[in-house]
Amino acid sequence: MAFLVLPLLGLLVRAPWSELWPQLTQPQVGQALRLSLVSATLATLVSLVLGVPIAWVLARSTLRGRSVLRALVTVPLVLPPVVGGVALFLVLGRQGILGRWLYETFDYTIPFTTTAVVIAETFVAMPFLVISVEGALRAADARFEDAAATLGADRWTTFRRVTLPLVAPGVAAGAVLCWARALGEFGATITFAGNFPGTTQTMPLAVYLALQSNPEGAIVLSLVLLAVSLATLLLLRDRWLGRSGVPT
Amino acid sequence: MSLRAHVVVRRGALLVDVDLAVADGEVLAVLGPNGAGKSTVLRVLAGLLVPDGGRVAVGDDVWDDGDRHLPAHRRPLGMVFQDHLLFPHLSTTDNVAFGLRTRGVRRAEARSTAEGWLRRVGLEGFGDRRPTQLSGGQAQRAALARALVGEPRLLLLDEPLSALDARTRLTVRAELRRHLAEFAGCAVLVSHDPVDAMALADRVLVVEDGRVVQEGTPAEVARMPRTDYVARLVGLSLLPGVGRGRSVELDGGGAVAVAEEAQGPVFVAVRPGTVSLYLSRPDGSPRNVWPATLVAATPHGSTVRCDLDGEVPLTADVTATAFAELGLQPGARVWASVKASEVAVYPR
Repeated sequence: MAFLVLPLLGLLVRAPWSELWPQLTQPQVGQALRLSLVSATLATLVSLVLGVPIAWVLARSTLRGRSVLRALVTVPLVLPPVVGGVALFLVLGRQGILGRWLYETFDYTIPFTTTAVVIAETFVAMPFLVISVEGALRAADARFEDAAATLGADRWTTFRRVTLPLVAPGVAAGAVLCWARALGEFGATITFAGNFPGTTQTMPLAVYLALQSNPEGAIVLSLVLLAVSLATLLLLRDRWLGRSGVPT
Repeated sequence: MSLRAHVVVRRGALLVDVDLAVADGEVLAVLGPNGAGKSTVLRVLAGLLVPDGGRVAVGDDVWDDGDRHLPAHRRPLGMVFQDHLLFPHLSTTDNVAFGLRTRGVRRAEARSTAEGWLRRVGLEGFGDRRPTQLSGGQAQRAALARALVGEPRLLLLDEPLSALDARTRLTVRAELRRHLAEFAGCAVLVSHDPVDAMALADRVLVVEDGRVVQEGTPAEVARMPRTDYVARLVGLSLLPGVGRGRSVELDGGGAVAVAEEAQGPVFVAVRPGTVSLYLSRPDGSPRNVWPATLVAATPHGSTVRCDLDGEVPLTADVTATAFAELGLQPGARVWASVKASEVAVYPR
């Protein structure tokens, strides 16, 4: 326990409390914080749009190769984020398979833009959402969907009016988890999007950079991220800590 | 006949192969033990399960036939489930209105129709409650309103009373009976409780191991069971045998004297209340006297139900007083007797 708690206590002890406000109001910090919040939120929205249908397929359909799909979805969970960043770069970079086509047809390059930040964060964080929603779907009683069908609801209506409201808490938990993961994303972002203040320098990147030039600023930024993590934990408290710690 | 169905489904080792027909306004009960395939039949009728063979048609509309399968949401039906399955995130009114909304009825109109139905099932004023705020009986009545609101041609009831406690069950059963009598379409009720089937249905279909083993009016089934399962349900001892005039030679050995002429393969049904027990062989009139061993005795209302083992296996209901006076213990040797005139005999 001490091993887990001590570093966090150290962060609190070393925090330059008197300089907290001046540090936080530095333009660079504000910029990084805003970029982080915006890109993590966008990544969560993209994950919701793409991830909920995937979760539905994993939990409900009788599609062949579901286990392969599940394995593919969970790869980013175990993959080192840097490798994810490299992979994204190889596909979407200017010389990449898709990236070259994008560049040649639309004169558009993804790497080193805010879009790249969102893509990198989505890549790393979406599995958290998919797994959470799939679990909620499996736990939800599928017979409600039968009942809806006997009441004239087609699949889409059933999904929209019955399934989704039933698993809403699971979707919300998954979204919060996904958002938190996206907010803390470092490896894939720095590899694929680079580290440009204002466009791609998110909080974790700023922390890392600040540690070398302005350690106190790094601590302050870390405190902000710590506060966000704790807030996430509080939001999920009823779901995870309340129920003997078994995530659904 | 409005609903005609031949349902063939293979479920692991069980092959369900059931033929049924229900006229408009008729209520058919499908009675059977757990795992007999009766819910499978219902799911096929609902369109929730694609059958492996057979045909389902209502009137002139074919719902299932070969490769043709009309999905559940396009069938004009209503279904009531064992544990009501009201949507927990919707109010009671919105639950009842659900089937109208999916079929394109405007919101205000759907809600007012739903409220009318809530009134009909005695839930006026409960429309704003969530299903979790309703009692079991109220929830099941709301579920019935939800199933009936679209004026379906086919009403399916899957063990609609078995999740209710005994008292609620009685009142909901009476109300269900009233609504079924008013219902113009076909109704199929699945149950493992003979009382529900007898009280609610015009006709009973007994299904065991995926096959129909008996069909008839509730009174016929109750009086003349054809399998041990049905006999146990209606509380009779069933003895298969071969009729030889005024006597039936039982397949399991022994013979029973009967009041009517019987020839060929027959069933003999004995009501436990007509069986008397003695410690020594009784003298006098009864011709049917057999030695037996008491295997088990369980209190059953004001009587004690005694399971007997012997050449002729029987069940006897004796009054608690008689039971005490006889001083019976499991394992005791007794004589069982029944009058020939009390024994029912009918062809197999």
